[in-house]
Amino acid sequence: MPKLTIDGKQIEVQAGTTIIQAADKLGINIPRYCYHPALPVAGNCRICMVEVEKQPKLQIACYTPVAEGMVVKTNSPRAIEAHKSVLEFLLVNHPVDCPVCDQAGECKLQDYYMEHGQYNSRLVDVKVKKEKKAFSIGPTVMLDQERCILCTRCVRFADNITKTSEFGVFDRGDHSQLDVYPGRQLDNNYSGNVVDICPVGALTDKDFRFKCRVWYLEPTRSVCPGCSMGCNITVEWDKSRPHQNKKARVMRLKPRLNPDVNNYWMCDVGRYNYPFIDENRVLFPQYKGEPVSWDQAIGTVVQTINAVKKSARLDRIGVLASAQLTNEDLFAVRKFFKDTLKVSQVDFKVSEKPGHNDDFLLKADRNPNTAGAQVILGQGADANEIIQKATQGELDLLYVFGHDLVKLCGKETVEQISQKVKLLVFEGSNVNDTCGFAHVILPGAVYAEKDGTFTNCQQRVQRILPAFPPLGEAKVDWEILSLISEKLGTPIKYKKSQDIFKDIAKTIDAFSEMSYEKIADQGMTAKK
Amino acid sequence: MQKILTRHFDQADSHRLATYLKDKGYEGARKALTQMTPVQIIEEIKKSYLRGLGGAGFATGMKWGFIPKDNPKPKYLVVNADEGEPGTFKDKYILEQDPHALLEGIIITCYTIGSHKAYVYIRGEYLRSIQRLQGAIDEAYKQGFLGKGIMGTTFDLDVVIHQGAGAYICGEETALLESLEGKKGFPRLKPPFPAVVGLFGCPTVINNVETLACVAPIILNGSEWFFKLGYGNQGGNRIFCVSGHVNKPGIYELSAGTTLREIIYEHAGGIRDGRKLKAVIPGGISAPILTEKEIDVKMDFDSLKTAGTMAGSGGIIVMDDSTCMVWAAMVAARFFGHESCGQCSPCREGSGWVYRNVHRIYGGHGRPVDLANLPGIIGNIGGNTICAFGDAVTMSVGSYVAKFRSEFEYHVQEKKCNVVLNLQGVAS
Repeated sequence: MPKLTIDGKQIEVQAGTTIIQAADKLGINIPRYCYHPALPVAGNCRICMVEVEKQPKLQIACYTPVAEGMVVKTNSPRAIEAHKSVLEFLLVNHPVDCPVCDQAGECKLQDYYMEHGQYNSRLVDVKVKKEKKAFSIGPTVMLDQERCILCTRCVRFADNITKTSEFGVFDRGDHSQLDVYPGRQLDNNYSGNVVDICPVGALTDKDFRFKCRVWYLEPTRSVCPGCSMGCNITVEWDKSRPHQNKKARVMRLKPRLNPDVNNYWMCDVGRYNYPFIDENRVLFPQYKGEPVSWDQAIGTVVQTINAVKKSARLDRIGVLASAQLTNEDLFAVRKFFKDTLKVSQVDFKVSEKPGHNDDFLLKADRNPNTAGAQVILGQGADANEIIQKATQGELDLLYVFGHDLVKLCGKETVEQISQKVKLLVFEGSNVNDTCGFAHVILPGAVYAEKDGTFTNCQQRVQRILPAFPPLGEAKVDWEILSLISEKLGTPIKYKKSQDIFKDIAKTIDAFSEMSYEKIADQGMTAKK
Repeated sequence: MQKILTRHFDQADSHRLATYLKDKGYEGARKALTQMTPVQIIEEIKKSYLRGLGGAGFATGMKWGFIPKDNPKPKYLVVNADEGEPGTFKDKYILEQDPHALLEGIIITCYTIGSHKAYVYIRGEYLRSIQRLQGAIDEAYKQGFLGKGIMGTTFDLDVVIHQGAGAYICGEETALLESLEGKKGFPRLKPPFPAVVGLFGCPTVINNVETLACVAPIILNGSEWFFKLGYGNQGGNRIFCVSGHVNKPGIYELSAGTTLREIIYEHAGGIRDGRKLKAVIPGGISAPILTEKEIDVKMDFDSLKTAGTMAGSGGIIVMDDSTCMVWAAMVAARFFGHESCGQCSPCREGSGWVYRNVHRIYGGHGRPVDLANLPGIIGNIGGNTICAFGDAVTMSVGSYVAKFRSEFEYHVQEKKCNVVLNLQGVAS
């Protein structure tokens, strides 16, 4: 393994490592535009040039492999001069329309200018006029050829990652223009990623354009709830300007690096699946369509449960849990319904129509926590049977977590259920057709409001963090169950989600070696 | 003066096989294929000091020796006939007047490096060259010089012509490979070099037309004969292409050791209309310009390098005292700005920027700060790009500014040109 020195710091790395990779390991930030760790090296932007001792020319750090005894200087006067000159060249024909550019604030031209700018500009010439500005190249992405620095990251993404090859660089010299091929559109399930990897404002997201300046955004570590892949994401939300964008808090989702799950990417199905966080929410508890207090709503549920308990007919309770719930929520469901109340009819496998899947990240199972639900709730009951029983009046209490039964079994069936059972409880975050038939509605939190974990299809347990408190009077699902259990006089006694996870680790073998600390931000695979 | 490359040019039907066969045609190939091993041939070429006449001057024998022996992949010979360097028109003459000389060189080279397929990448505008070479290929197939079992040996070879589509950069060998593979002509990052990973990822030798045309005569007449024709570390002759303000522009096959003064005044008939020489580009537009005081230099690769310029493609562009050097620099910069492939940021943005800057100075709109900035901007391109194009911009345009700075200053201060008899308007 070769040993080298970068800016006076020694490091030993695997043979074949490039200088930029070694520098990244040392925390030395060499500027870069075309280099992206997940894409083949293009070596065209030239801003990563560094001085290598005994080499007359500056070398590009992204392509030059390390060698034993190599001495690299990333901040020598020559290297800094090269960084400055490349940045200046990139600005020769750049419109510098930052005030109206959506990338402003997360633009690498701006960022590196702070460090390597000439400040005293010598660019007086008329700029090369390019054809397309604010030009739609597909359902999700806009192209601005003038802002493009032709780093070809998007070209290489489409060539190598999605293998759809929509992009090309056309013409030559300073008239070069990035574009999609004639007759093509950037229309694949991973289009949004080109916006993430574009270091400048050439490719912007139609969904995000002009909604919010990025410096208003707060990022929160999370996991995409869109399918069972569990791509690592950050939820980016605007805390300071509630009057904007119909009071929505979440502005966009961005993929978060996890080499074992989604690498740098996420699919468009997941990326644009966030409006439900702020829209169409269940905001307060209801009883028969009227707003009530939490006390009243819970009181109603408890009354029914007590009646069933008294009659000792626990088979007259059915629970439809959900793989949308966190492991913590599900464990509370288990603890409360199965362990404490001894209800056996608890299932989560409500037969939804699976979505389409692709051979990359998107899975047909659109629930983030099927694997977790399977481990925590186990086999046993069957959701269809529970619904069947409810329809035939064999249940007193049907407790539904978020499912839209109307969509599943039709309006007539749900109407019948609502007439036959004594209490139909709907606990969920978003309004659906089933709410109209539920006797009690309990407002639940969405994933972005929860602290907890999901288990993905690789049995990887991954942490989500709450970006903000639940909207309106909504509460996290396990808290609701906690309140009910307290009122019943058999409290499950959880103060925070970490308490539940500790209990999960104690109770369930697959989770036995886990803790929030160990799961950290990259997740941990459950034991078989 | 013994001619090698142009020896058939004055004969009728010099491009026909029958004419070529009269003068020991294909005897070199026969000797190589039947009496010599590849190792012997490489030795012979090394001793001949044949150097790459496309412009880089790399030792040909050494280049062939880089082809790995143990690589199971097919090997390729790619002939660079994309002659695009302004001021250069030598390969065109070889292709049109003596295409069999190239073919014989191709056969020997392919035999040496173990290649069974050669691609000739010809500049798209060279229609007659393409026709003539295709005619020669057809004749050679018919004669059993190409195809299966060449000259009764077990050696097979196919030769394919590929027509370029008009990009200067496709003369850069790795851009040429990309273009040949059907991609946009972008030079590749090196290493790996084409000898290891070349065309379609296989070991590849890329040689210029003129270089290959020297191969058969070397095999036939011996390396010593060839070496003695040249000068210093460069064997043989070169075809010098003389253009510009001389009385007799054209191609001249001369020893590599001929001086630039001899070429201009003895062979090309001196400066037109008895005018005074002002400047010469000695090796195509990429080569730094020489002033009239610097023309006693010999024209071999090493001597020109010592003189701070380069032998390049042998394209000699002569300028007399009616030439405005700011204008000449602008023309060069415009060419580079137009032909930069656009891959590396310094060259893509810089070449156009340099052109606009020089254009402004030439047009009388330059400010002192433009001239002050110019050398720095030019200097930031060279050495910072994937291929040598960026170096060419820096060295070429930079040399006009360095050597004729007073003319640039005059343009900036007086807002006009100080060349009294201004003829360049006609040419542009």
